Amino acid sequence: MMNHPVFTDNDPQKETHTLNLGPTHPATHGVFQNVLEMDGERIVSGVSTIGYIHRAFEKIAEHRPFYQITPLTDRLNYCSSPINNMGWHMTVEKLLDIQTPKRVDYMRVIIMELARISDHLICNGILGVDTGAFTGFLYLMEEREHIYEIYEEICGARLTTNIGRIGGFERDFNDIAFAKIRKFLKNFPPIMKEFEALFNRNRIFIERTSGVAAVDPETALNYSWSGPILRATGVDYDVRVNEPYASYQDFDFEIPVGTTGDVYDRFIVRNEEIWQSLRIIEQALEKIEKEPKGVFHAEVPEFYLPAKEDVYNNMEALIYHFKIVMGEIETPKTEVYHAVEGGNGELGFYLVNDGGRSPYRLHFRRPSFINYQMYAPMSSGMLLSDAIINMSSLNVIAGELDA
Amino acid sequence: MEKLTNPSLIQKLTARFADQISVPAEPYGLLTFETGKDTITEVLKFLKEDKDLQFNYLTDITGIHYPEKELAIGVIYHLHSLRHNIRVRIKVFLPADKPVIPTASNLWKGANWMERETYDFFGIQFEGHPDLRRILNVDEMTVFPMRREYPLEDPNRVDKKDYFFGR
Repeated sequence: MMNHPVFTDNDPQKETHTLNLGPTHPATHGVFQNVLEMDGERIVSGVSTIGYIHRAFEKIAEHRPFYQITPLTDRLNYCSSPINNMGWHMTVEKLLDIQTPKRVDYMRVIIMELARISDHLICNGILGVDTGAFTGFLYLMEEREHIYEIYEEICGARLTTNIGRIGGFERDFNDIAFAKIRKFLKNFPPIMKEFEALFNRNRIFIERTSGVAAVDPETALNYSWSGPILRATGVDYDVRVNEPYASYQDFDFEIPVGTTGDVYDRFIVRNEEIWQSLRIIEQALEKIEKEPKGVFHAEVPEFYLPAKEDVYNNMEALIYHFKIVMGEIETPKTEVYHAVEGGNGELGFYLVNDGGRSPYRLHFRRPSFINYQMYAPMSSGMLLSDAIINMSSLNVIAGELDA
Repeated sequence: MEKLTNPSLIQKLTARFADQISVPAEPYGLLTFETGKDTITEVLKFLKEDKDLQFNYLTDITGIHYPEKELAIGVIYHLHSLRHNIRVRIKVFLPADKPVIPTASNLWKGANWMERETYDFFGIQFEGHPDLRRILNVDEMTVFPMRREYPLEDPNRVDKKDYFFGR
């Protein structure tokens, strides 16, 4: 970008200085290190260092039976772990050729869209904080709490949810969960409107974000970007539409796209996706009413982990429980790639199976990892303060970055 | 433009590369074929730049290790044609003692980190890569940990002995 002369550290002509941004800097919201060469306040060049919270999930996955890999996926993008859980379940179901009932699909859609909302809420809230507006963040955190309460009602956990089983859910959504979802759908839109009123036409916010870190669609595709940041450049690629999973084809929703791919567009695209997610949840609740009650998993006893009380009281359940836990189930020796639209983009699972207890090889196509690699190149020539809000708007989650 | 399907894609590929690619398989509808390291750049370039194919999106690059095979190290590419909404998977197998393959980062800038990750975990050398360093593991590491011969945990660890846990 800028043809800046590079001098060694001892050179008397050296006018730039090196700034170590991160690994733990309050403005980076995670463990990201960037060694930046600065000319005053302008970045000349940068090098990203990642891997600070690498936990070798792909290696661990080679030693775990399928159902024990779900908790690993929680810890990828921990802002929207239900999407990761569902993505993994659906990968295994694709491998085992399990057809889930429609009701299960709609339940999954509800939980995934709630997760998407909470993911986008935190990203846009934090973007506000980084531009100096704290109020919106506090408004949204309360709503995220309500989403977490819904998770809690469904699975008992809040952040690392471990929701669901291969074949469906561990239990049905109870009445309180449905009531909480309905309450959220009623109470959240006014707050979201208020949040948008705070930012969308706010002149300070627009001047701060518009035109910052603009990316054209060709570059974004060349860097394999996906998710809201790709759509902000104007490419309408969304896995939910391109390769519908969990019956997304039954729903009526739009894919918002931007035009310039700058920070403002990413913000607007995420806000608009939140509205679309609400639309999807409303439709899913309607559709669930028409489905037979009490169905929350596919009838595949040889793959679906049975309820604990059945294991103690029912011979078949005990046998299948033993076989599943000990990894004695028969699985096809083949490979499968399944992608879901995560909070940050295409979250892919590439699973190579050799029929054994655990995957022969499992690779996570992590959108944060792939999106983040453009960060250092695109930062050169940028002001440091712009680079900070650029990082917020990329919504890079350290857990997904490092796996 | 006619919509691209797996049979028409196979036809195009075999017309162009004949015996340089293996017979394609279609596990779960995803066209999969193997090729050699000498042809991989040409195959990727053809898939990306051919007007009727337009596999313009590099979804993923990763590696795999089959220690019992002669060509033990595999590199796996997932490409996606956003124009036709179709995916393809390409595999290249390399000998474990000399896993060298040309880089794809000249075609897609996004290949840079994917190849660094693959190098980091499998030790695959991507020739022509601008910056082939470790990415997730520490720079001092001497092994390529995703190869099958390395156990999940260091067997010499002393802090996980059974007697600490009353076993």
